[in-house]
Amino acid sequence: MLGAGIIKGLAETARNFVGSYVVPERLITVPYPEQRLPAQENARNFPFLVYDGDDAAAGLRCVACQICEKECPPQCIYIVKDVVKKPDHTGKLQFQPKAFDIDLSVCMSCQICVEVCPFDAIKMDTEFELSTTDRFGGLLATKDQLSKPNTYYHQIHPGEARQVDEHLAAARARLEARTLSKPAGDAGSR
Amino acid sequence: MSRTGEFEPLTVPGESGAGEGQDVLEVAMGPHHPSTHGVFRMDVAVAGERIVRLKPVFGYLHRNHEKIAETGSYLAAMPYTDRLDYFCSLTNNWAYALAVERLTGLRPPERAEYIRVITAELTRLQNHACLVGFLAQDMGASGTPLMYAFREREKILDLFESLTGSRMMCNYMRFGGCRCDLPDGWLDQARQLVADFPRFLDEFERFLADNEILMARTQGIGVLPPELAINAGVTGPMLRASGVNYDLRKVDDYGIYHRFKFRVPLGDHGDVYDRYMIRVLEMRESVEILHQALRDIPAGPILDPKSKPRGFRPKPGEAYGRIEAPKGELGFYLISDGGSNPYRYRVRPPSLINLTVLEDMCLGQTLADVVVILGSVDIVLGEVDR
Amino acid sequence: MLSPETIKAQVESLVPGAELVVVPNGSTDNPGALLVRGEQAVAVARALREHPALRLDYASNVTGVDWPDQVLREKHRIKLIVEGEEREFEEERERRVPGYLEVVYHLYSMALGHGPVVLRLRTGNRNDQVSLPSLTPVWRSCELQEREVFDLFGVRFEGHPDLRRLLMWEDYQDHPMRKDYSDPDDYEYEPTAHDRVLARSRARQGEGAAS
Repeated sequence: MLGAGIIKGLAETARNFVGSYVVPERLITVPYPEQRLPAQENARNFPFLVYDGDDAAAGLRCVACQICEKECPPQCIYIVKDVVKKPDHTGKLQFQPKAFDIDLSVCMSCQICVEVCPFDAIKMDTEFELSTTDRFGGLLATKDQLSKPNTYYHQIHPGEARQVDEHLAAARARLEARTLSKPAGDAGSR
Repeated sequence: MSRTGEFEPLTVPGESGAGEGQDVLEVAMGPHHPSTHGVFRMDVAVAGERIVRLKPVFGYLHRNHEKIAETGSYLAAMPYTDRLDYFCSLTNNWAYALAVERLTGLRPPERAEYIRVITAELTRLQNHACLVGFLAQDMGASGTPLMYAFREREKILDLFESLTGSRMMCNYMRFGGCRCDLPDGWLDQARQLVADFPRFLDEFERFLADNEILMARTQGIGVLPPELAINAGVTGPMLRASGVNYDLRKVDDYGIYHRFKFRVPLGDHGDVYDRYMIRVLEMRESVEILHQALRDIPAGPILDPKSKPRGFRPKPGEAYGRIEAPKGELGFYLISDGGSNPYRYRVRPPSLINLTVLEDMCLGQTLADVVVILGSVDIVLGEVDR
Repeated sequence: MLSPETIKAQVESLVPGAELVVVPNGSTDNPGALLVRGEQAVAVARALREHPALRLDYASNVTGVDWPDQVLREKHRIKLIVEGEEREFEEERERRVPGYLEVVYHLYSMALGHGPVVLRLRTGNRNDQVSLPSLTPVWRSCELQEREVFDLFGVRFEGHPDLRRLLMWEDYQDHPMRKDYSDPDDYEYEPTAHDRVLARSRARQGEGAAS
């Protein structure tokens, strides 16, 4: 019968319409600002800088090696290296970035800066509500805005942050073992 | 099948009033026409309601992707490949990674190969589901079928997000493997999704396959003969709808596709309806592959230990890697001169090359059919214009 | 895998007077390409398509490659007689290698399921001898891709049915994929945080013109 296919299709539409009121899997959207989807562990949006401890200026892991600036595909990172070394949170003298800007209007959230960073200093944020009325200055994130504590990193990517902490602690332990054994060796030779 | 010279304006046979002395009206469809799936223009000449000439106009979304890739490192080109065919970023990643692996001899470990197959077939599912939805929308079924397809796509994108961190711009494959391992519970979620997917396919078939309007609008429209399809380099579901058995998953046997049992659906008329049906059938075969891959995936490393993120410099040489992307054969051609950036980087875009035959399919059809024929080609302008 | 040497023999037996050169490939991906002289290209292409053992009915990929003029500095050892004594000197000589544009075709056979066979054509130079025969009459899949090569590299394909720019607009002058291309700085820019475009534009046009 001509039209039978259409009627069959409309029956399907009716089933979906009614179903969207009763079957949760037929209605998968959420009314956004009031209700939010649970955060995904791997979600990524824009990069931020991790610092250890409480002081953003002292605890910054970034040593201004500028690898991320070089590797960034759209070239949205801008780093000015400080001329003097400052003690980092462990007291070791390190270079620090004098300026570290990311142009969020250019950044394409590809995570390559995170992958190439040898110091686990830059990680991906999940913050996405960044709208501003100034599309040039308002989307330029400076070092102060980008610096976020390690506790925040643990909050948004718990599993990954735990791994990074273990990895860093192991590296520090190896380093300490080496510096400890050195003076001992020197003393023995004297 | 070679074409010589410009097309002469045709007189349309069998149309009352059409013929000698009839004015030819030129219509510019696009670049902002909603049916062109993006910024794409067709300069159409119609005599009455029949098409006598159709010239596609490209370049509205051109950003010289190849030049950008040649100025950055090999890795820096990877996120840009996401933006070629933004529906299928994971297959784009795979094609590029495959080309670099052919250039350098890196070998992805077993688990990475399985992850690649799983993500690529999930990509195919969501691409084909949406294409069918868009095609129905081009025929005037505004919204409903497309929204059903988007609902299913949403579930697949959620899986992509929990794996790669991003819903569409995944940037997931690396040279010699994948970027990160599957999160806990991901495989179970994927198994659940794959188990549920056939229900959606059945529903979709009940919804559309017997629809008389769909059949009237698609059967016998935009016929593409197989000889022309081969000569014009048409690939993917469009080629198979014309009855040519050429699926790179079988022919090239890249990755680990030889381990899976699946069939290659073929059409025999080469019209829009066949192209629609091929996609529906391919989704069923993809579900088959996914069942097998999700069952067999082994544990193990996911990246070749020789692969490194910084200071990647392949030896001089060239390579051409191609895969069966949802839209057709996606190829990457690379020439290395030993430096840290590719000397030549070329994308073979299936969407663009499938449009070679657009005029041949549209001649003699009505203006309304052009929309449907274009919809059945399945183009994404990010890939056409690059 | 098809070896380029056997294909060379097969084609040369089929096309009288054809001379093909095997271009080796440094990677393990394909065993090498076949370099064809421009005037023989269409005949060779037809032979590749029609030969019963090859049947390369499908031209998958067509692309251009730009090889600019190169100045190679080579060191030579020369012997000179200085103050009655023969001494060895090192002299640096410059050798100019003329550049060319290359068009690369990747051919496959759908009928027999093999490939790729890589075909290369080269122009005389990069300025005035940039014509090559179009292979669109043999494989129509070259139609849009040769237009793209014409657009982005500036190779003129003789015998192409519709040779127009594909991606850039009609009255655009340059060829963006060439290695010596520099992008224009007179387009409308938006101030970004870096303003590299603005800085370059100022440097090139003078401070007064850009402000």
